[in-house]
Amino acid sequence: MFDTAMTLNDVMFLAQGAGMTILVTLIAVVCGTVLGIIFGVVRYQVGPVWAAPLTFFLDVFRSIPLLIQLVLTFAFIGTVMKIRISGFSVACLVLTLYTSAYCAEIVRGAIESVPPTLRRASRSLGMTWGQDMRHIVLPLATRVAFPSWIGLALSVMKDSALVYVVQVTELLKSTQILITRLQEPLFLLMICGAFYFLISFPIARIGGYLERRWSND
Amino acid sequence: MFNYTFQWKQVYARLPEMLEGALVTMQIAVLSMVIGIVLAVMLTLFRLSGNRILGGVAQAWVEVARNTPALFQIYMAHFGVASFGIHFSPWTSLLIGITFNNAGYLAENFRGALKAIPDTQARSGRSLGMSELQAFRHIVLPQMLRIAFLPMSNQMVWAVLMTSLGVTVGMNTDLYGVTQDLNALTFRTFELFFVAGVIFYAIVKLIQLATRLIAWRMFRY
Repeated sequence: MFDTAMTLNDVMFLAQGAGMTILVTLIAVVCGTVLGIIFGVVRYQVGPVWAAPLTFFLDVFRSIPLLIQLVLTFAFIGTVMKIRISGFSVACLVLTLYTSAYCAEIVRGAIESVPPTLRRASRSLGMTWGQDMRHIVLPLATRVAFPSWIGLALSVMKDSALVYVVQVTELLKSTQILITRLQEPLFLLMICGAFYFLISFPIARIGGYLERRWSND
Repeated sequence: MFNYTFQWKQVYARLPEMLEGALVTMQIAVLSMVIGIVLAVMLTLFRLSGNRILGGVAQAWVEVARNTPALFQIYMAHFGVASFGIHFSPWTSLLIGITFNNAGYLAENFRGALKAIPDTQARSGRSLGMSELQAFRHIVLPQMLRIAFLPMSNQMVWAVLMTSLGVTVGMNTDLYGVTQDLNALTFRTFELFFVAGVIFYAIVKLIQLATRLIAWRMFRY
C-alpha cells in the first residue's frame, strides 16, 4: 500500500483539487450566509403568510438532491436560456442558494429564541427597529446561531464534493481521476478522506465546545 | 419566453420507469434507515459500555461518518474495499455507504437524547431488579427513540437525498440513475431532471407528512 506510483505532479494535482474545494466552499458559505441572514430576517419580519413563497422556494433547496439542483440549473441556464456559463459559476450559484436555504432556517430560529419581552423593552426605551436589531437581537441570536452555522459551513464543504457533476474538478473528482490512472484506490481515497477529516474534525470540535460553553449561562 | 421547445411528452412516456426508480430509491432509503438505527443503538451501547476498545470503535465510526462527505463513504465502500478483493454491486455499495453515514449521525443524535433522560430512570429500573441490559432495553431505549424522533425523521429525508449519489458508483436503477440513463438516450436534460426533482420533492413531503402523523399518533399523551 505504501509503495505508490504517485509523483510530485500528482500531488500538485490533488492540491489543486483541494484548493478548488476550499474556494467553492468559501464563496458559497460567505455569499450564502449573507443571503441567508437577509432571507431569515425577512421571513421572521413579514410573518408566515406573506413569507410563504420565500419559504417554499427555500424549502425546495432542502428537499431536492444537490446533484439534481446542479444539473437542473446548469441545463436551465445553458440550454433553455441559452446563456454560456461556466460550471464553476453554476456550482457557486447553486451552493450559495443551498447554503442560504439552511442559513435562513438557522437565523429565523435564532431570532425567535430572543425573548419578545426583551425586544419590547428595547423599543420602549426609544430604540429604533434597526438599533434593537443591532444591539439587542444580534448579540443574543449570534450565540444561538453560531454553533449551528459552523455545522452548516462544514456540511457545505462536504456537499461541495458533488460539484463534479458540472465539470468542476474538486478534491474528490481529482482523486477519482488519479484512481483511474494509478489504480491505487485505497491509498488515494485515504489521502482524500484524511484531507476532509483534518479540516472538518477540529472545526466541528470548536463548534461543539462553543455550544457547550455558551449554553451554560 | 425562451427560445427553447420543451418536450414534456417524452418525459411523460418515460414516467413509469422513473417511478419504478423512485421505488428503488425508497427501498434503499428505508433499508439503510432500519439497519442504521440498529447500528446506531449498538454504537450508543458501545459508548456507554465503558470498554475502551468498543468505545473507541464507536467514536471513530461517528467521527469519520460525520466529518467526511457521504460521496467519499460510498466511494470507499465501492472502490476502496475492492482493494481487498471484495467487490460489491453498486446497489450494495450504495446501501453500505448510506447506512454507515446514517448510523454515525443517528448515534450522535442518540447521545444527545440520552443526556435528556435523567440517570434516576435507569437506576430505578435497576433497583426493581432489572439487569443493566433490561433497564436499557425497557426504560432508556423507548425514551431515547422518542426524544430523537425528529432528528431521525430528518435523517430519513437525508437518506432519500443521498441515494442520488449512487450514480457515481454505477447504480442505474434508482431514481437518479434511471433519469441519467434516460438523459443519455433523449438529451432532454432539463425536462427529465425537472420531473425527477418533482418526484424527489414529493417523496420528501410524503415522509415529512408521515412522520408528523406518526408523531401525533404515538406521542399524544
